[in-house]
Amino acid sequence: MSKYKVMTGNYGIAYGAALSRVELISAYPITPQTSIVEKLSEMVETGSLKAKFVRVESEHSALAACVGGASAGARCFTATSSHGLLYMNEMVFWAGYARLPMVMAVITRSLGPPWGIWSEHTDLLAQRDTGWISMLAQTNQEALDSVIQAYMITEDPDVLLPVMIGLDAFIVSHTAVPVDVPDQDSVDAFLPKNRVPGFLLDFDEPKTMGNMTYPEWNMEFRYEMEAAMKAAQRKIVEVDRKFGDAFGRSYGGLVELYRMEDAKYAVVVAGAHAGEAKDAVDELRSEGIDAGVARVRFLRPFPKDALREALGGMKGVAVVDRDLSPGLGGIIRAELSSALYGMKRPPQVRGFIAGLGGRDISVDDIKEAIVVTTKSSEAGEDEWMDLRRENL
Amino acid sequence: MVLKVRDLPNEEYWLSGNPSCHGCPAALGLRIALKALGPKTVMVVPAGCATIIQGTFPKTSARVPLLNIAFAASASSASGVAAALELKGAVNTNVMVWAGDGATSDIGMASLSGAAERNENIIYVCYDNEAYMNTGIQRSSSTPIGAWTTTTTTGKTEAKKDVPAILLTHHVPYVATASVAFPLDFAEKLQKAAKIRGFKYIHLHAPCPPGWKFASEKTIEVGKLAVQTGCWILYEVENGVYKLSTPSLPFTNKERRKPIELYLKLQGRFAKMTDEEKAKFQAAIEEGWISAANNARAGRLFSPR
Repeated sequence: MSKYKVMTGNYGIAYGAALSRVELISAYPITPQTSIVEKLSEMVETGSLKAKFVRVESEHSALAACVGGASAGARCFTATSSHGLLYMNEMVFWAGYARLPMVMAVITRSLGPPWGIWSEHTDLLAQRDTGWISMLAQTNQEALDSVIQAYMITEDPDVLLPVMIGLDAFIVSHTAVPVDVPDQDSVDAFLPKNRVPGFLLDFDEPKTMGNMTYPEWNMEFRYEMEAAMKAAQRKIVEVDRKFGDAFGRSYGGLVELYRMEDAKYAVVVAGAHAGEAKDAVDELRSEGIDAGVARVRFLRPFPKDALREALGGMKGVAVVDRDLSPGLGGIIRAELSSALYGMKRPPQVRGFIAGLGGRDISVDDIKEAIVVTTKSSEAGEDEWMDLRRENL
Repeated sequence: MVLKVRDLPNEEYWLSGNPSCHGCPAALGLRIALKALGPKTVMVVPAGCATIIQGTFPKTSARVPLLNIAFAASASSASGVAAALELKGAVNTNVMVWAGDGATSDIGMASLSGAAERNENIIYVCYDNEAYMNTGIQRSSSTPIGAWTTTTTTGKTEAKKDVPAILLTHHVPYVATASVAFPLDFAEKLQKAAKIRGFKYIHLHAPCPPGWKFASEKTIEVGKLAVQTGCWILYEVENGVYKLSTPSLPFTNKERRKPIELYLKLQGRFAKMTDEEKAKFQAAIEEGWISAANNARAGRLFSPR
C-alpha cells in the first residue's frame, strides 16, 4: 500500500532513489540540493537503504565515482545544482559519451555572478549537448515518480543513456506538500532489477573502455548515441504509460498537455511554472480566450514530433523561458522554433524571458504572455517580463 | 621474504608491441605491475602516456579490464569502481590507478587527496616521468629544479613537489616510493599493497628518454643513478611505520652516494643547469636524507588508522 507523506521535492527525489534500490550514491553538497543527500546518507547510515555512499570532495569527483561505479555494474545516483553541475561538466559528458546508465537530480539554480540560490533553468539547459536524457519535473510527486521512471529508461538496453531530472530550486525542492509514496513491493514489481552492464567485472574477456580512437572509428559511436536518443523517445512514452497503469499517475510522456484539445493558443513552459501556466489558462478560458498548456517535460531527447503534433494549427504560441542563452534568447523558444520550422503551417511563436535568478513568475505574467501572443502577428524579439527598467 | 624474478609469472598482462617510445619506463612499469598484481586487477587510467601506450581502439595492450577516465578523475572514479566491486562481491580483486605525475601532482591532486582521506580501497601508482611528456614535455609540479622542459626553456626555477610526503599526511595505510630500475622492489611493494585494505600509494620514478633527453637504452642506468646518487630515495611506510628500502640502504652513508654530476650529465634536460640550480638540487638531496634519517630514527610516523 502506498501512503501519503508530506514532503519536499528533495525528499521526493531521495525516496524515489531509495525505492529504486540505488546501490551507489556519490555526492557533494550544494544549496539547494543538500537535503537529498542528507536524507539518503541517513538512510544508508541507519541501514534502511542498502547502498554505498561515497562522500567525495567535489562534484567532479561525485560524478567520476558514479562513472566508475556504473562501469563496474552498480546502479548509481547523484544530485547537484548550478555551479556544482558546471564543475562536473567534464564528467557529465564522460558519463553521457560512455553510455553509462545512472540518474542525477539537478536542482535548477541560477549561476553566478552574482551569487544566487534561486531557480533558473540555465544550468540544466547548458548540459543539453552532453548525451544525457534531461527533464524538468513540475511537482514533488512527479520528482519522486520520475526517479523510478528514469531508472527504467536509463537501463533499457536500447537506451543506455544517463538521465538528469531537474526540479526548481525551493519552489519544488523545498516546498512540502503531500506526496503519494509507493510501497517497495509495487516499485520492485514495476522496476526490473539492476540491468547496468558492468564491463569492468569481466576478467575472462577483459575490455578496455574509452581508449584512443581514430577518426575511422569514432563517428559511429555518436551515431549510435543519436539512435539511442530516438529509442529513448519511445521508451519515455512507454514507461510513463506503464507507470500510469501501475500507480495511477502519468505525466504525458515527453510533453504534458493541459486543456489543449480545443485550444487556439498555447503557452509552452518547462518546470514548476507550469503550475502558474495551468492556472493562467483556466482564468483566460473564463475570460473567453481558448488557451492550453504544453509542458515540455523532456528537453533531451527534444520532443519535436510531439510538439509539432500538439502545436500544429495553433493561432499563436507563447514560450515562457526561465533561462537565457545570451545572444540567442530563450533556449526553449529557440529550440521550439527550430522544431516547428518546415511545418506546412507553423504557428507563430513568441518568446518571453521570465523568472531569471528566481524572480517570481506569476499567473498574471503567463496570462499577459498569452494575451500579447493573441494580439501579435509577428514573432519579434523575446520580451522580458517583469523587468525593473528603473534599475538598468 | 625477498621477491625473486622467478616468483613473478611468465604470463604477460601488458602486451608487447605497444606504441610506447623506445625505453619507455611507463610500459616497463606496467609490465611489472600487472605481473605482480595478476589478472584480477581493474586498471583506471587518466589522460597521459598510458593513454597512448595501451593502443588504439579496437585494439588494446591491456589483458585486464581497463577504464580510461578524464585527467583529474582517476582517484575518484577508482573509488566508484572499488565500491561497485565490493557491492558485486568481486573478492580478491585489485583496483589500480596508473597515473602520471601531471595527473597526480597537479590536476588530480584534489581527487587523490579526497580518495586518500576516505581511505578508499585502491592502489594508486604515480609513474613519475617528471613532466607532461604525452603533450610534449611541459613542466609539472613534479619537475625538478633546473630541468629544461618546453615551458621552462631556461630551466625550472622551483623545486619538485614531494607527493609521497603529502600522502603521508593523510595517514593512509601504505605509502611507498619505487623505481623502474628496481623492478623487484617495485613488485614486492605492489604485492604488499594488494594485501592491505585501504588506500595504497606508490610513487614510481620513471626516467623518460625523450623527455629527459638521454639515449633510449639508458632508462635503467639513469633510474639506478637516481637512487645511487641519493637523489631518489626508496622507502615505504606501512601503517605509519617508516622503513628505508634495501636498494637505498647503502646511501644513508653520504660517502657512498655517487656524485650527482653522474646523474645530471646523462640527461640533456640538465645541460644548461646553472651552478646555483645545481647547488639547490644538491641541497634538496641533503634535505631528503635528513628527513629520511629522522623518519628512520622515529620508526613510527603516525598511528595506524
